[in-house]
Amino acid sequence: MQKILDTLLIGISQGSIYALMSLALVLVWRSTRVVNFAQAGQAVLSTYVGFEIASRTGNFWISLIFAVIAGALIGAAVDVLLMRVLFKHATSGPALVVAPVIATLGLLGLIRSIVGLVWGGEYRSIPAPASKDGFTFGTTTIPFSPLNSVIVAAVALVLIAISILFTRTNLGLALRASAYAPEIARLAGVRTSQTRTIGWAIAGGVGGVAGMLITSYNFLSPYSLDLLLVFGFIAAVVGGLESMVGAVVGAMILGIGLTFILNYVNTSLTFVSGFVVLIIVLLVKPDGLIGSRKGRRA
Amino acid sequence: MSGLVVNRLSVSHGAITALRGVSFSVEPGQLAAVIGSNGAGKTTLLRALSGLKEFDSGTVSWQGREINGIKSEDLVRMGISHVSEGKSVIAELTVRENLVLGGIWRRDKADTEAAIREVVELFPRLGERMKQSADTLSGGERQMLAIGRALVSRPKLLLLDEPSLGLAPLVIEQIFATIDSLRHKLGLTVVLVEQNAMSALEIADIGIIINLGEVVASGNAKDLINDPALRAAYLGY
Repeated sequence: MQKILDTLLIGISQGSIYALMSLALVLVWRSTRVVNFAQAGQAVLSTYVGFEIASRTGNFWISLIFAVIAGALIGAAVDVLLMRVLFKHATSGPALVVAPVIATLGLLGLIRSIVGLVWGGEYRSIPAPASKDGFTFGTTTIPFSPLNSVIVAAVALVLIAISILFTRTNLGLALRASAYAPEIARLAGVRTSQTRTIGWAIAGGVGGVAGMLITSYNFLSPYSLDLLLVFGFIAAVVGGLESMVGAVVGAMILGIGLTFILNYVNTSLTFVSGFVVLIIVLLVKPDGLIGSRKGRRA
Repeated sequence: MSGLVVNRLSVSHGAITALRGVSFSVEPGQLAAVIGSNGAGKTTLLRALSGLKEFDSGTVSWQGREINGIKSEDLVRMGISHVSEGKSVIAELTVRENLVLGGIWRRDKADTEAAIREVVELFPRLGERMKQSADTLSGGERQMLAIGRALVSRPKLLLLDEPSLGLAPLVIEQIFATIDSLRHKLGLTVVLVEQNAMSALEIADIGIIINLGEVVASGNAKDLINDPALRAAYLGY
C-alpha cells in the first residue's frame, strides 16, 4: 500500500514537469500548426541562462525568473526570425507541411551545438529550492521529497496562471481566436501575427520553467532535456495535441504510468513504455484521449 | 467625405482571373447589393475590400483613403467590418466571447459592453445563449452572431457575404429586415453580396450585377429590378 502511494506521488511529480513541456508544445501547435521540436533546445538554453544566474546568486527562484524571461524572449525570437520568414515563403503544398518541422529540428541541433560551444558538455547543476531527502513520518522515509512538493506546487501555479490568462483576459481570448480561426480573428481586428508571437513567448517561458524544475533534481547538459521533449510530446499526443487540459491530463497519465512501470515492472522499460503508449494511442484513438472539439475549447 | 470607391479592380487566384476591371462606388449611408451567380467573383470582391485578398491592379478607397495593401486587422480600425462567407463565428468560443472579440482592438471595455448590450437588444436570442458555445447555435443564430460581432467593432462600412446562405426563408426575411433597419439606424454603408437577388435588391439603394468577374450592369436598385432583360438574364425569373 505504502509503495503504491509512493509511486503515485513520484508519478505526479514527474507528470507535472511533463505537463509543462506538453503544454508548451500544444500552445505552439494550436497557434502555428508546427510541432516544435526546438522546444527542448529553447528550454535548455533558457535553463543555461538560469544556471548562470544561479551560479552568481545561489538562489533558485531568482534564476527561475531569468530562465522564464529568457525562454519567452527565445520563443518570440524563433517565431519572428524563423517561422514568420518561413511561412512567407512556404505558403502551400508539401513545403508548408514539412519545412517548419524540419526547421525546428534543425534549430534544436543548432541550439544544442551553440550551448555546447559556450558551456561545454560537462554536467552542471543548480541549487535545488528545497531538500531532495524524502519526507519522514516517524520511522519511515518516503521517496517524495520537499523538492517534489515544490515542483508540483510550482507547476500547479503555472497552470492556474495560464488558465486564467486564457479564459479570463482579452489577450487569452485573442490567443484562442487566433489559434482556432485566424481569418475571423483578423476580421475582428486581432493582430494575429503579433498574438502568435506572444503564444510562442508563453510556450518558451513555460519550457524554461520545465527545464529549471527538472534541472533542480537532475543535471544540466546540452542534451539533458531531450527526454523531456519526448515525454512532453507523447503526453501532448495522448491529450489530443489541441487541448491544454488534454496536455496536462496526458502528462499526468504518462508520468504516473511510467513511474508505476519503473517501480513495479522493470527500470529499463520506462523509456520503451512511453513509445508503446504513443503508438497505442495513435492506433486506437489518433485524436488523443481528450482530442474532441470539446477538448479544444479548453 | 466620399464613401467606398472601387476603380478598375482586378484580382486573380493564381492563373485564374476572378475579377476583371470592376468599378463602382457606394456613397456614405448607401446599401449596395452585389448580385451574381456562384463563381461570379462576389466573395473575391469582398475579400479584396477587407484586405484578405491582394489585388492585381486597380484601386479601392474608403473615405478618401486608398486601402490597397492595408491588412484586415487595420481596416477594422478604419471602420471596415467584414462578415465572411458561411456564418463566420468561432465555434470553439462562447457566444459572448465571439461578441467580445469584435471589441478587443478598441481597448474600451465599457463601450464594448455597451455595444454587446445593443447587439443583444437587436438579437434577443443571442442574449439567452451568451454562455453557450457558438457551435450549439442554429444557422440563423450564427448569422446573427456573426453580424453582432461585426457591430461590436462599431463599423462604418459593413461587408456582408451571403447572409442568407443555407437559411430557412422565414429566417432570411428576418435577417434582411434587420440589415435594412440597422443601416438606417446606425447610418452604415453596406456592401451586401447575395445570390438571393430579389431580397437583396429590395433593401438596396444601388445594385451591381457581376458575371464571370465583370460588372455587367449597375445602377439604381429599383431600376434593376424593373429591367425585364436583366431580370431574365441575371435575376432568374
